[in-house]
Order: sequence, then structure tokens, then C-alpha cells
Amino acid sequence: MKSDIILAGVGGQGILSIAATIGMAAVDKDLNLKQAEVHGMSQRGGDVQSHLRVSSKPIASDLIPKGKADIILSVEPMESLRYLPYLSKTGWVVTNTTPFVNIPNYPEMDTVMAKIAEQPNHIAIDADKIAAEVATKRSSNIVMLGAASQFIDIEFEALEEGLRKIFERKGDAIVESNINALRAGRAAAEEILASRN
Amino acid sequence: MQKLLLLGDEAIAQGAIDAGLSGVYAYPGTPSTEITEYIQDSKIANERRIHSKWSSNEKTAMESALGMAYAGKRAMTCMKHVGLNVAADAFINAAITGVNGGFVVVAADDPSMHSSQNEQDSRVYGKFAMIPILEPVNQQEAYDMTYAAFEMSERFNVPVMIRITTRLAHSRAGVVRKELLAEKEVSLPKDPTQFVLLPSIARRNYKKLIETRPDLEKISMESPYNTYTDAPDRSLGIIACGIAHNYLMENFQDRELNHPVLKLSQYPMPRKDIERMVEECDKILVLEDGYPVIEELLKGYQEAGTPVTGRLDGTLPRDGELTPNIVANSLGFPFEEGADVPDLMVGRPPAMCKGCGHIDAYQALNIALEEHGPGRVFADIGCYTLGALPPYNAVNSCVDMGASITMAKGAADAGLLPAVAVIGDSTFTHSGMTGLLDAVNEKTPITVILSDNYTTGMTGGQDSQALGHLEQIIEGLGVEPEHIRVFKPTAANLDDMVNIIKEEFAYEGVSVIIPRRQCIQTLRNKSLVMKVKELGL
Repeated sequence: MKSDIILAGVGGQGILSIAATIGMAAVDKDLNLKQAEVHGMSQRGGDVQSHLRVSSKPIASDLIPKGKADIILSVEPMESLRYLPYLSKTGWVVTNTTPFVNIPNYPEMDTVMAKIAEQPNHIAIDADKIAAEVATKRSSNIVMLGAASQFIDIEFEALEEGLRKIFERKGDAIVESNINALRAGRAAAEEILASRN
Repeated sequence: MQKLLLLGDEAIAQGAIDAGLSGVYAYPGTPSTEITEYIQDSKIANERRIHSKWSSNEKTAMESALGMAYAGKRAMTCMKHVGLNVAADAFINAAITGVNGGFVVVAADDPSMHSSQNEQDSRVYGKFAMIPILEPVNQQEAYDMTYAAFEMSERFNVPVMIRITTRLAHSRAGVVRKELLAEKEVSLPKDPTQFVLLPSIARRNYKKLIETRPDLEKISMESPYNTYTDAPDRSLGIIACGIAHNYLMENFQDRELNHPVLKLSQYPMPRKDIERMVEECDKILVLEDGYPVIEELLKGYQEAGTPVTGRLDGTLPRDGELTPNIVANSLGFPFEEGADVPDLMVGRPPAMCKGCGHIDAYQALNIALEEHGPGRVFADIGCYTLGALPPYNAVNSCVDMGASITMAKGAADAGLLPAVAVIGDSTFTHSGMTGLLDAVNEKTPITVILSDNYTTGMTGGQDSQALGHLEQIIEGLGVEPEHIRVFKPTAANLDDMVNIIKEEFAYEGVSVIIPRRQCIQTLRNKSLVMKVKELGL
């Protein structure tokens, strides 16, 4: 198996927790993993991305080549479009629809959503809203992981287990809340796909 | 043994701990920060009481680590590439003193300048110092090389450099650990004059360093990290240094690699391997994530012999980090990109956080400067550098750690008044104090805005060496107490702040204005909040 995933968002939105969860699951399944993160200046509200590669074979590059990503998993709508050159022709854009507006020239939301809708394979869900309903608003990143999970070649249970390990130090309540967020994201994405068929 | 999922930085840290490290000395700097942080959080390191507290700057760090190596223990110092400029004096001379306990210097370079002001290549420094350089290709090598580097340092009586770039520093992968070694006991150097670099002794030591050259080339030839893989198509030979080897191999996942490849991860260069490639191949392509160091060395100035291509002839871009696609281009391999970035896309530059005290300080400074006109604010390295961007447009320079105060001094000497410096508390104790002394000694009319947030903010909230004694330091350097003005930067205090700044503009001597409020990113750091309370700040 091989999953090349671009995680996208804005500094502070928690894409590294998504990466850590997938990473934990991959290590448990004895898969190879490379995950390039952005630290430093951009974490102050700038655009950030992480290249996450999971494979049953050894992985050469820490960076995903352009045109090779299987998924762009974005916790912010405009950011889901920034890395399109990396997406393969058959890849999926999975994005949150709640914008993170910290710049004065953020484009019109309608045009952003229209552009996302133009992508041949896309899923757009309001992860902030879902997170607020089933967990806390801060779990919207984990909702997005849930939404993308069906395109990642790792069993869903392994992702749940990964979440448990990552959040276990913070107590059962936090673990359960994140697992709820993961499941709700998965369900929302499945519903969208079912409605299209 | 179970694999650990580690950043390149963390792999270096774990490798050092397992090799019997007794102390790490460092100042935070992207992309090197996580090495020291990992040791600070490590259970074994804490049990062993391995030194890991932050130093004031890279020079003090380098010298402290050298002192520990003098005392026979294994020591490491870590810094970003430009930090090595600060520590360069100690670094170059540490190659002349040699070591007693193993001494490892980690330099983390930042090609493409993700978080830096240049993309200098630390391999040039390593060559300059005439010491071995190890350039890991992945996290496991980062671990293994660090683990072995201390022994290499002791065996050849030289510091050993580990050079990484941002992508390895901040990329995570599985790492298998080796046996945990015991720390070294305290011991004195066998020769009591070894570390006394009087000219007569330095000349002797330098000759010894020159004499190690053939040995260092020999171990590069024998190194498991330098591998020559022969292949039938000798129309092109490829030299891939460090992480560039990954990008090369990425392009051969679905293709057969028909060209001879020299993977180069240990310097000085393995001479015989290079000679072989020069002799057997019609052309050589050099892939380096940084400066064209090896390419230039092979190419020389005479343009004779085997043609060498790379960054210097446009086969690869002259600047910026390498990527799999850039390497594909250099090999003439086509690739299909995804869709274009849509036109609606706008940039999202980093910015100061909502509620940050620096913002209030800049608002006051901008108002106070209105009557004087633009172009007179010299800033420094830290979050407040972002004040250069809209909507603040508040600063006119950012050059190197500490340069705000000294550049303001020079501008004031030239007659540009008022001349303002903006510097943070951690940068001030890193490299601002000596410049302030220069200004005090000459009573140069400068106004220093020392924006104090109790932390090293940009790199993630590490300890600030200034905490609890900033005014004492400033007074000790000779600034008059009535011209040290402290206030809390908030929107409600705006008028007061503006007035204070204007009053100090009018003073024809050194003023230090301290807008003081805790970095909002550190408000969840309970021990810092407690400490600030204890200090009555």
C-alpha cells in the first residue's frame, strides 16, 4: 500500500495532530512513514503544510513529488487549493469549509467553494460545526481526519488506536471526544459520497 | 527493538544521549531547536542529569561544550546555520585545540530560507575548520552518525560536524536505537598545554590537524555512509550529497537506475571514489541541498577534464532547496503536475498573534514617529521582525542577532535622529548587550525599544536568559535609571506609551524603553506564569 497525503492549514490549526495520529497508526501496522513538517516562522498564522507518506515499501523522499499526492487533507478551504499541483489526477481534495480569515484580502467564499466544487474528486464538510456538535470545536482537525480516512489505506480502527495513544495522557474524556470527532467526520464524508451515487 | 518515530532533530538528540552524552549547549534557532528540546524532555537525560539548559547565544554554547569536552566528557552543541557565524571564533579554534571527550557540533541549514535570512551552507565552515563533516540522508543515519561521531571525535582529536537541512530536521520517520552507553568520567587532557593556543602551541597543534587529513580521507573512503554504486551507463555519473540522495532515488522508484551513483554523506570527500567517477564517466551531475560546494570543487576554474553540471551551469537552480521535481528536471525526466494553483489564491504570510504585546508597542512607536518621518527604526531577529509587514510597516532593518542597537548607533552617529532600535529580551541577552555598552560609552542618542515578553517567542517559547534581571543588566551597562522606562503595552495605555517614547526621543543619550507583557503563546506554560508571579513582574 501507499498513501501520499498533503496536510494543509494555517499555523496553529492542528495539522500536526492529524499527522501524529496517522503516524502512530502506521508505526503500529509496521508500515514505513516519512512526514515532513513546517516549524518556525510560518507557525505564526502563516500557511503550513505537511507531507505525509505511508507505504509498505521503503520511502525515498521526505517530500511528495508534484502530481503524486493521493489526498490533500485541508483544515481550511482556501488552503486546500494551494497545493493542487501536488495532487494526482485521481487524488482527492478533502477539506473543511469553515474559513480561517486572518488576512485582509481573503477571497470571496463563494469563489473558493466553487473552485473546490470544480475538483474532480472532492469532499467538503463543515468540520467546525460537526466538531462543536459531537466533541469540542478544537477537534475539527480530527473530524477532517475522519472525513479523509476512507481514502487512507490504513484500517479505521488503527486510526482510533492511534488517537488513543496520542491523547491518553490527557485523560479518557479527551480521548473519547476525539474518537467521536473522528467517527463523525467519517460518517459525514460517507453520507456525501452516498448522496452522489 | 521497537522503532521510534523521530524528527531528524530528535534522532540526533537520541543518538547523542545513547552515545553517553553529558551535556548539550544551544541557543534556540529554527531548524535546530528540537534537538535540545528533546534532550530537555528525555527521561534518561533527566535521570542522568545531562546538561540541557539554554545558553545565552551560540558562542557561549560552543565554548561551554568545548569546556565539557576538555574535562573528558562527551559534549554537543547545536545551532542553526547563522548561529554558527556567532560561534565561528570558538568553532574554528576548537579544531586547533582538539578535544579530550568527544565534541559534536550540529549545524542545521535552511536552504530556501524558510525561517532565516540567508541559506549559507555549513559544509563550507566544516571544511574551513578542517574537521570531518557527516551529512545524514535520513533519520536513521542521523541517529547512527551522531552515535558514532563522539568516538570519531575522540579518535582523531577533532570536533565532528553534523550537517542537516530543514527537510531532514523537521521530517519524521522510524528510528531503531542502539545500546545505551555510559557517560565518560571527568579526565584532564593528557597534554596540559593542548588547549593553550599561544602561537607556539597553536602552530604545533595546527600541524597535527593538517596531519590528520589523510586519515580523515581514509575513513571517508571506508565509511558505510559513502557508497559508490556502479552501473553500465557511464555517459553520466551522479554525486548525491546528504538528503539530495533521497530526491534522486525518488525518481527511480519505477525506473531502472543505469548510472553510477556516489552517495556522499561523509567529508572530507573520499578521493578515490571521486577519481573513479571522473575517470569512468563522461559527465558528472552533482546534487547538493545547499551551496554548490562539491560541484565548485570538482569544476575548478580551468573548465578542463570531465564536465561537471549542477547548480553552476543552470542544470539545477542556483538557489533554494532541492525537491524530487527539481532533480527530475535535471535528469530530463518528464512529470505530470496536478492542477494549477487557482488565481483566487492569496498569500498568507506569518503574522504576530492577536493580542501580542509587540503590536501595541509598534502602534505607539508609529504614532510617536509621525512627526519625524519614516526610515529610522532598526529591528532585530524575533517575532517583532514581522512588524516590517503591513499593516504596521514599522521597521526598516533586520540583519542579524543584536544588529538593531548597533545599527541605530551608527545611524545616530551619521546624524539620523531620532534613531530607534527594536529588540526582544532574548535577542538582547544573546547579542544586544555589548552594542548597548558601545552606545552608553559614547552617550550616543539612541532610543532602544526592548520589547520584553519573558521568552524566546519565534522558536516556540524557550527560556529567556533575561528573565528577572533585565533592568539590572541595563543599569549595569551604564544606562541611567531615569531613562529606563517600563510599561505594559496595551491599547488602554496607548497615549502614555506615545508620550514616554516622545520624551525619550528628546533625550540626547541612551534610553531603553521596555514594553513588558508575557507572550500570549506562553500563557499556558504554568512554570513560566508562576516564575513571572514570583519575580513580581
